[in-house]
Amino acid sequence: MLLLLLALGFLVGGGVAALLTQASPRWSTLLGVGGAVAGCGLGLIPAAGILLGQPVRSLRVAWDVPYGAFFVQIDALSAFFLLPIFGLSALAAIYGAEYMRAYRDGKSAGVSWFFFDLLVASMAMVVVARNAVLFLVAWEVMALASFFLVTFQDEEESVRSAGWTYLVATHLGSACLLALFILLGRGTGSLDFDRFTASSGVGLLFILAMVGFGSKAGFMPFHVWLPEAHPAAPSHVSAVMSGVMIKTGIYGLVRTLTFLGPLPAWAGWLLIGVGVTSGVLGVLFALAQHDLKRLLAYSSVENMGIIALGLGLGLIGLRVGSTSLAVLGFAGGLLHVFNHALFKGLLFLGAGSVLHATGTRDLEELGGLLKRMPWTGLTFLTGAMAISGLPPLNGFVSEFLLYLGAFGAVASLASGAAVPALVVIAGLALIGGLALACFTKAFGVVFLGAPRGRHTARAHAAGPLMRISMQTLAAGCLLIGMFAPMVVRALAPLLEQVTRLPPDRVRLELTHATGPLGWVTVCALGLIALATVLTALRRGALSRRSVDLATTWDCGYGQPGPRMQYTASSFAQPLTDLFRPLLGTRPTASLPQGLFPRAASFSTDTPDLYRERLYRPIFGGIARTLSAFRWLQHGRVQLYVLYIGLTLLVLLVWKLGEP
Amino acid sequence: MSGGSILPLLLALGLAPLLLGVINRTKAAVAGRVGPPLLQPYHDLRKLMAKGAVYSRTTSWVFRAGPVIGLAAVVVAAALVPLGAPALVAFPGDLLLFVYLLALARFSTVIAALDTGSSFEGMGASREVTFSTLAEPALLLALAAIARKTGSLSLSTMLPHVTVGVWAQAAPPLALVALALLVVFLAENGRIPVDDPATHLELTMIHEVMVLDHGGPDLACILYGSALKLWLFGALLIGLALPVHSGHRWLDAGAPALGMLLLAVLTGLVESSMARLRLLSVPRLLVGAGVLSVLALLLVLR
Repeated sequence: MLLLLLALGFLVGGGVAALLTQASPRWSTLLGVGGAVAGCGLGLIPAAGILLGQPVRSLRVAWDVPYGAFFVQIDALSAFFLLPIFGLSALAAIYGAEYMRAYRDGKSAGVSWFFFDLLVASMAMVVVARNAVLFLVAWEVMALASFFLVTFQDEEESVRSAGWTYLVATHLGSACLLALFILLGRGTGSLDFDRFTASSGVGLLFILAMVGFGSKAGFMPFHVWLPEAHPAAPSHVSAVMSGVMIKTGIYGLVRTLTFLGPLPAWAGWLLIGVGVTSGVLGVLFALAQHDLKRLLAYSSVENMGIIALGLGLGLIGLRVGSTSLAVLGFAGGLLHVFNHALFKGLLFLGAGSVLHATGTRDLEELGGLLKRMPWTGLTFLTGAMAISGLPPLNGFVSEFLLYLGAFGAVASLASGAAVPALVVIAGLALIGGLALACFTKAFGVVFLGAPRGRHTARAHAAGPLMRISMQTLAAGCLLIGMFAPMVVRALAPLLEQVTRLPPDRVRLELTHATGPLGWVTVCALGLIALATVLTALRRGALSRRSVDLATTWDCGYGQPGPRMQYTASSFAQPLTDLFRPLLGTRPTASLPQGLFPRAASFSTDTPDLYRERLYRPIFGGIARTLSAFRWLQHGRVQLYVLYIGLTLLVLLVWKLGEP
Repeated sequence: MSGGSILPLLLALGLAPLLLGVINRTKAAVAGRVGPPLLQPYHDLRKLMAKGAVYSRTTSWVFRAGPVIGLAAVVVAAALVPLGAPALVAFPGDLLLFVYLLALARFSTVIAALDTGSSFEGMGASREVTFSTLAEPALLLALAAIARKTGSLSLSTMLPHVTVGVWAQAAPPLALVALALLVVFLAENGRIPVDDPATHLELTMIHEVMVLDHGGPDLACILYGSALKLWLFGALLIGLALPVHSGHRWLDAGAPALGMLLLAVLTGLVESSMARLRLLSVPRLLVGAGVLSVLALLLVLR
């Protein structure tokens, strides 16, 4: 516990020091990054210790706030979320030290690092806080710090608009959380987590948690802020936001589940419904994007959907009394939290390197970067394969657990559990296929083929600090894939806490997953060995023969140009056409006309359906209604003072009127 | 969950190209031609293995790694599929590894195609990911229906559990599953009515057009890999549709091998008697296969 407080101290101290030294970009970067790395490194020690079996630590200090207490605790659930928070943030800080150099002119590095360190500290505080007031304070600091990071480039209109969308969305979520905590604490009159009781209306509390935490996690339809805010932020911040910050929503939801006790059957169904919607629509919208970072942001919505599928399966397993389904569902969902932090962090850092090197995120302008940025390309490819759930990488492991739970339910349980499991199988299969399409597109269009625009001409390889962050994350993806049985076994304390099943039972159910995963590892080793042998054979065979270089086969057309390549939109077109009713992709074309046509163009645009059809009308209506009261706001201070005086008078009269 | 027999793997590795030979010979016979020798695919592979290579200047190491990874993934997948005997590697959930290893093979083929920077290959890659996106739910739901019927999660135990007795008891759902698997078999392997393996350089192609720029040993890897994939999907279908479990070792191993040849003849007949569907109609066929799987599941879930 002392180490954790020290870690938080380093983070806040580093941030403040960066702010104080902002006159010198070199010092403020050094102090900001140093504080982040030292704090994260220290914080990892207690988190890893708890996961390895040390007893739960807690600390309670009196606090002079009504209902508040400085009550923090690290248990398995907190430690499991602390691990990616500290791990990814440290790597993102190292990456950012180099990435932010491009903004040195005109932007204060100190302010940016202050908010970055504050964001990391507040995320850690969110997962260790055990008092609702403390939790909400940390939650707000997290929201505000990330708001200021998102609006870093506030000279751009789109960035400011993204920031406002985010601010509104996060506060609508916070309002639900406030209501949730008040209802939970009403029974005992205390807002400490360990005294929460779900006395009445478990269903209502669950809905409040789904809305409040779901809006942070980016569950559809509360995701609209996510594809706006994540691309707008600097890339290392996008990595932290997409990789770990939205996971605090998942943490809150799982933590709330531990307060609520047994839930009605529809709760599991609701999570599965939200999961399928977020997963399928998230990846479809990702597929339709032309902006690399926006594509990744939508893909985060998809992965939050996969996590929701796991939690839903787990709840249904608890409901029908199938320990196997409960353990595998929660294990798959929670492991995906960790895995997604690794590969989404990696992909955002890769996208950042591309943006850093070329100055554009537009897929239609990129191409052929693998030759100029070999390491970024290789690590991005690893991330793309992992997020598509391909063996032998980590994405496969968590999806395997989910599939195994669902298939087990279909094979042996009554239809109350088998039908939702079928929905999960169909959903995961569709999501898997679409994710493969989405990430072959992302990698293929950016890194392969010939450059499509002039931007790539001055592209340069990522520097050493940026490279090492991406390499570490890529190695993590591979290691979790190869050592899957051990990783899954280590989830046991976490699953005991979440499912509240006896430890022996959890361990027994996990062996049903670790056995097959051991065979998966054997097959993965076989795959790697076979690929190595085949490569050697091929190299040996070709070494004695002629190997020529030529142009790509052009079917007899003499002058194939880079502009004739398949573009990102054309690659995605069959799928976006197929799902047009769900996507609402709008084509804009100016067709060639006349005998000697000159310019012609075609482009597609896929705006967010919920934003266009749901939120725009609602918020437009609110704005129109409230504009009737605009005459109250005239900017004259004297009249504002009069309002205050009148209000006080009315209150006084009201108070006097009471007996 | 332990290892089984190496026989199914050896059969797959040895006889997969023969399947192509039988299909081509059947098509020739229906068309009234003599056709290529049965062993022609083997000769083709040997010829390609002996050649040098020509690479496009646009390509990178991804293009060279694609065929190797693709073949390695399919060979490992072949170790998971039983045929007449349990597969070499069998464990609960091996069907998922099977599906995802094939996805890995597809991923590597698709990015190798995109590496050429040619719009032909881009087109093929785009169609490949589109159709496989729709084929994957159909395949997994079909396997889920078999899992429900047999209570098993491993290919090597669930397929032998589908006995004549099970067929007699639940013929309609199993027939629906078999039909769905047949559609997936034709679609995933680029056969008519989804794709035409006989044409080259035509805008309607999928699989063939993705490998336009590959040559020599790389092309041999790709052709051998796709022959293996044809064999593996065939083995799933035969394992379900030809429930010979007499306990007699040679009969149990021989009947499915014969079944594979019959399946090849059937494929040849389908290709001779049908035209390729319009590309826009292919999704309907694949979604149809998914619906068949769902129907089968509704029947077995009762």
